[in-house]
Order: sequence, then structure tokens, then C-alpha cells
Amino acid sequence: MESSKDNLRAPVSQKPHVIEKPKDTSGIGGMITVEINEKKITVPLGTTILEACNDNQIHIPTLCHHSDLCIAGVCRICVVEVEGMRTLQAACAFPITAPLKIKTSTPMVRKARRHILDLMLSEHYGECYSCFRNQNCELQALAKEYGVDEYTFGHVNTPRYEVDRSSASVIRDMNKCILCKRCVRTCIDLQEVGVLEAINRGHETHIGTFLDKPLADVICINCGQCINRCPTSALRANDPSDEIWAAIDDPTKHVVIQTAPSPRAGIGEEFGLEPGHSLTGEMNTALRRIGFDRVFDTNFTADLTIMEEGTELLNRLKKVIVDKDTTVKLPQFTSCSPGWVKFIEHFYPEYLDYLSTAKSPQQMFGAVIKTFYAQETGIDPKDIVSVALMPCSAKKFECNRPEMRDSGFKDVDYGLTTRELAKMIKEAGIYLPEMPKSHFDEPFGDASGAGLIFGATGGVMEAALRTVYELVTGREVPFTNLNIEPCRGFDGIKQASVLLENCKDEYSFLEGVEVKFIVAHGTANAKKVMELLRKGLLSDVHFVEIMACPGGCIGGGGQPIPTSEEIRKKRAEAIYAEDESLTLRKSHENPHVQYIYEKFLTEGPCSHKSHELLHTHYTKRGRFIA
Amino acid sequence: MLLLEKNSLTEEIEELVNLMGHERSSLLPILQALQRKHKYISDFAQQEIARLLDIHPVEVYSVISFYAFLHSEPHGRNIVRLCQTITCDMAGKDAVAKAIERELGITFGQTTKDKRITLEYANCLGMCDQGPAMIVNDRVYTHLTPEKAVNILNEIK
Ligand code: SF4
Ligand code: SF4
Ligand code: SF4
Ligand code: FES
Repeated sequence: MESSKDNLRAPVSQKPHVIEKPKDTSGIGGMITVEINEKKITVPLGTTILEACNDNQIHIPTLCHHSDLCIAGVCRICVVEVEGMRTLQAACAFPITAPLKIKTSTPMVRKARRHILDLMLSEHYGECYSCFRNQNCELQALAKEYGVDEYTFGHVNTPRYEVDRSSASVIRDMNKCILCKRCVRTCIDLQEVGVLEAINRGHETHIGTFLDKPLADVICINCGQCINRCPTSALRANDPSDEIWAAIDDPTKHVVIQTAPSPRAGIGEEFGLEPGHSLTGEMNTALRRIGFDRVFDTNFTADLTIMEEGTELLNRLKKVIVDKDTTVKLPQFTSCSPGWVKFIEHFYPEYLDYLSTAKSPQQMFGAVIKTFYAQETGIDPKDIVSVALMPCSAKKFECNRPEMRDSGFKDVDYGLTTRELAKMIKEAGIYLPEMPKSHFDEPFGDASGAGLIFGATGGVMEAALRTVYELVTGREVPFTNLNIEPCRGFDGIKQASVLLENCKDEYSFLEGVEVKFIVAHGTANAKKVMELLRKGLLSDVHFVEIMACPGGCIGGGGQPIPTSEEIRKKRAEAIYAEDESLTLRKSHENPHVQYIYEKFLTEGPCSHKSHELLHTHYTKRGRFIA
Repeated sequence: MLLLEKNSLTEEIEELVNLMGHERSSLLPILQALQRKHKYISDFAQQEIARLLDIHPVEVYSVISFYAFLHSEPHGRNIVRLCQTITCDMAGKDAVAKAIERELGITFGQTTKDKRITLEYANCLGMCDQGPAMIVNDRVYTHLTPEKAVNILNEIK
């Protein structure tokens, strides 16, 4: 599924310098032995000096290098001495192709690194103690590592750039930028959105947008992937915690929080735990101690999303197969990732009819809280402050969309990220891992494992299949232990199918249909899928799941920093393990979902009322920047 | 911008792209051609180039902002660039600069009201042995004196 343009994407200078590693490393020329710090090390041909050192417990500092991104070699902090070379070489961009002698800590290397750091600091405005990356900053860590105790080349005392606060999701403070271009590579290569580039040259160089416009005025999908990869605090999310504290402290307000599946799998990292520890119960207790009046599980509306989106899919299939209605579009695309929604609105506005009209779980919950919940509890919705704990920065934009006010109020008042909640918990004097465990509050209670796995790429598809297959055939999906393996894993684009056999009478039109589905994550992959759609190559596909962020929500722009594929894998494993430990693992079996359809949305999924509250419409934004 | 104007610009860029190729490496020649003709590359033109080369508008802007001879803002019909590097400076650049400013009634970085001339400084033109030097559009003038410079300016349409 590679598009031919892949070779043209990055300029040659930005392409990985890695020489294709030999497939067979056993023969001559497959492996090569180098001497690093007088130690003999054998690596496959084409391994970079940095990789060779990392695999052998030799630490090399890096700033522009990131395991998710192509090599840039622009910061030079990773320089090492290579015997026979006149100048120091960047370890991250130097593939080993000869039996070299390398030294990683010589007086020259140390001095060069220190000078590079001093030069960066000379233009770095701000103090660490008033900085959101304090103690989680790669520049700060290196300053410590290299014992910076004075500004050899001076230090700027006034900001050079105005902080860009225009976006609902991402704040840009270029005074803290070290020009590593990770954000540029993230936005262009991982996300194919292309918001950021280096503007001007020399001393005037800064990372900017098209015509240096405010971020809100250019095409940014708010995914926050650039934040997660920025080594400093030049990029950060728009933090609403002050407003939330104020609401908590206001006795007239009833403050509720819904928590998405991914934050619980990541938040432990903010408290020093290894990635892959779920802290669901602990987090519930901490949230109550902070002062939230009710703690709900977004997985409940994830289950609701499955009911609505699954029903919508069945309706579309019926219209196409039985009614031969040519205006109905297939495949149906998922719509729960607000970054992806904005991406398609900008880049493929002519395909918006393919998008499911179901709102994201966050916005469904928002609408339900200020209607059904307010009604059940007798609380005036105007006194409810609804907070959404999300792994995502785009959710901040989503809850501010003008169409997200179907309850008559702003359905979700604030989107809070995992990082920001961790900060609030610390501020409240709580050490999260030691909290006793507790459950979510009624009337939404605990949700199904299907809702939980929404957090990982492929999760929505898996959850939908568990329900749709059973609705249609009356039997469980034919996968061991309900684990639909083809949906899982981190391949950019996954494709598989499930055969529908012995269908129930009302679904006899689906007898023998092979439901084909595609799962993609990261909008660069979404773009590839959309190009296939444009070429008419998806006519036999029924359902497509797309998540804007690499890895899905567990890799969201609001998750703990740093991120890497390994970290994302561990977070996903935590989610899948928790799903497997639950008895309730199918959305349609969630008793609270059944209850809401009995009591409130009495005409069932995709009915008039559910359309009013739980479905939405999209805007043809286009890609022209005015 | 009027719709008609937009369409003719799109056509022009399409022609350039067909001529120079759809690769990223065609970007610079395309920009140079537009710069030569329009004296600047409008934001609309930048986005059309990006669309046709399948790159991002900010990448086009990044390249334009990197090169001093490419502009993203409207400029005068002619661009006069006086070399400000040290040898031209020592050869009497200052007097020439003052004379030019007085003659045109603008300072460096500005454009005359009638849009006839934009005045800028340039760094080394490579004419160090024949300074002071300036270039008017693509043409180099050397051994300038204040009078000579004013005469050259007066001949520009
Ligand atoms: S970005 Fe890092 S080095 Fe800079 S002020 Fe913040 S913590 Fe300190
Ligand atoms: S939030 Fe996403 S789209 Fe916006 S600049 Fe960052 S990476 Fe690009
Ligand atoms: S904003 Fe951050 S990621 Fe981007 S270049 Fe600056 S320091 Fe690097
Ligand atoms: S990490 Fe190697 S040059 Fe930046």
C-alpha cells in the first residue's frame, strides 16, 4: 500500500542516511566490527554510530534525533570522534560501513558538546522553574549532564517572539525553540499535514507557519504530535486546569469528569512508573480527592458509539444491498478522532459523506451528561461543569466546535490531557500509584472492554466487529477469546475481513457477505487510504477505522512525554490486558447502555432523538489558507 | 483578488509546472520565474504551487523566506539593490546610498509610491574590486558615484 510519492516526500538531506541493512548478516560484509572507546563491537553494516552505542550501553546525547522520525543531523550535540576524520561526526547520521575507530568522550568531543549547548542556551529565553517541561526537558537534562553553571556565550533576557496562543489546542512559544525540527518532521512525515517549517535564515531562523500566521488560521489538525516530540517546552497544550480548579472550588458547580481509556494506561509514567501500568482504580480515587463530584468512564459512551456507529453501518449496508440506494456511501469511516475529522474536512472535503455521523465518545458523553444525567439526578445542567480527561489535544478543539451544543449548553466544557491531570494530582499532594482503587460512579458504572480498547489503533474496529457480528448472526465473533488479532498491532495500514454466515432472519441480506475492513493510524497513513478511495480502489471495503495519532489514542498528543513505538506498545498491551480481565467485553451487553436505550433514547440507536444528541455534521473546510 | 486574476495565475503556474516538472526540485525555478514576472509570489500563488507539486504551502513559504531575492510581499516593478558589504562601503557606498534615498524620497526597504522602484541592500555582489556596486533587477552596475547612480535610477521605467 505504499504510494510512489514516498520516495519524493522528504528532501534527500532529510532522508535517513541509513544504508539498507543486509538481509543476511551471516555472510561476508553482513556484519562489521568497529572499535568504540577501545571496545570491539560487531554490528550489521549500515548501523549508525548512535544505534551501535545505544545497543552497547554507551550513552550519546541527542536532541534532534527521534526514533519515530527521519534523521536530521542538525543539532550536532551527538558528535563523536572518528579516527581519520578531520572533523567531529554526528553519531545519529553516520552509518557504519567500515571498521572504524570511534571515541565518544574525548576532550574535543566534550568541549564541542558544551559549546553547542552554551550556544543554544544563549538564545534560550526563560527559566526552568516557570516552565511546563521543568524536570522533563531534554535541553535541561543535557545542561545538567554537561555541568552548565554559567552562560559562556551570554543569555537572552527579553523574548524575541510573541507566544502564539491562537489555537484551542497547541501553544507555540518560539523563545524556547532550539530549532531541532522534530516538529517539522512530525507534522510533514508522520502526519502529512505540513503546518510547520523553518522560516528565514541564519540568526533570524525560526519555526513558523505559512506566512507566519497564527496557528488557528492555518491548517493544523490539533493532533499535538509535535508537542509529544518537542524536546523543550516550545510547544505545549492549551492547559485549562486553572479554570477547572476554579469550578471545583465553586460550591454552586457540580463538576463531573469523564475519563478516556488511554490516560489510565499512560498516567503512571508521569509518576515515574514504567510504561504499561494501568492505574484505573487509583485514578478514580485521586479524582474524587481532588474534588470532582462524579467520575465517569468514557468507555460507556464508547459502547454507545459502537451501538450508534454499528447500527449506522448496518443501515448503510441495507440501503446499498437491499434498496440499491446509490447515494449512500461505503466504506463508512469512523469519526471518533477529532484530528482525523479535521484532516478530512480540510484535505478531502468532498468525501465527508463517508464519515460516520456518530459523535466521538467524548461529545456523546457531554450531551448525555447535560440531558439524561441532569434529568435523572435533578441537577440543573447550567450548574454542571463537564470535564473530559483525554489523551488528546484535538479534543480541546472538538469541545469548542460550535455544533457541539446539542444539550442546549456547551456539551463538554473542558478537555484536559493526561499530562495536565497528572500535574493537578501532584498539585493536590497525591502520589497516584499509592491510591486505593475505586470504581466509576453510577448511573454509568463500569463499561465494557470493547469501549476500553478504543484507546489503541484497531480498537474501534474490534469493538464494532464484536457487536455487529453478534447482532447479525446471534453468535460471538469467531476469534479465540474475542481477541480479533488482525485489528491489533502497529502496522500503518491493516486490512482484513470477516465472513457473515447463518445470519438472523432480519439480516438475511448479509448472508455470505465478507465484511472487509481497514485500520489506519497517523494521518500520513490516512492520506494513503484516502488516495486509494479517490482512485476507486476501496469499493469492496465496508468499514474503515482511522485514528489521527500514530498508535491510536494511547499515542495521543496529550499523553506523557516522551513517546516512542516501544512506549506506545506497552500502553496498548496494558489496555488489551485490562480488556481481557473484564467479564463484560461487548458494547451491546453493557447494562448501562441497555438502560439508556430503555429510559431515554427509547427509539433505539440512530433514531430521531439519538440523531439530535449523539450525531453531528461536518464542515467542508478545504485547504485554502485565506 | 478577483477570481479572474486567480485563474490566470493558476494557469500560469500550471504551465510552469508542466515545463519544469512536478518534482520538489522544480520549486526553485518555478519561484524564480514567478518572481521575475510579478516581482513577488502571492500567498495564493504559493498555495497553488504547493498543490501542484503536492507539497505543503509552508514549505514553499520556507524556501521564499530563505532567499533574499524571492519575495512574498508586493514590491515595486524594479528592484534596486545596493551592496552593503565592507569593500563597497569603503569605496563610498554611503554617499551613493544617501543620493539614492534623496532622489527617490524613500529609505532602504521601502517602495516608491508609484511602485516604480523598491530599494534594498544586498550583501556581497562579488564586485568588490569595482565598488560601489548595485544591481537593478538582473543588471549589475559598478564604479558608482552619486551622480551616476541617480542617472541610472532616472532611466528606469
Ligand atoms: S524548555 Fe527546558 S531548559 Fe528551557 S526553560 Fe523549559 S525546562 Fe528549562
Ligand atoms: S498539532 Fe498536529 S497538525 Fe498541528 S502542527 Fe502539531 S503535528 Fe502538525
Ligand atoms: S518547536 Fe520544539 S520540536 Fe520544533 S524545532 Fe523547536 S524545539 Fe524542536
Ligand atoms: S542528535 Fe545527532 S545531530 Fe542532533
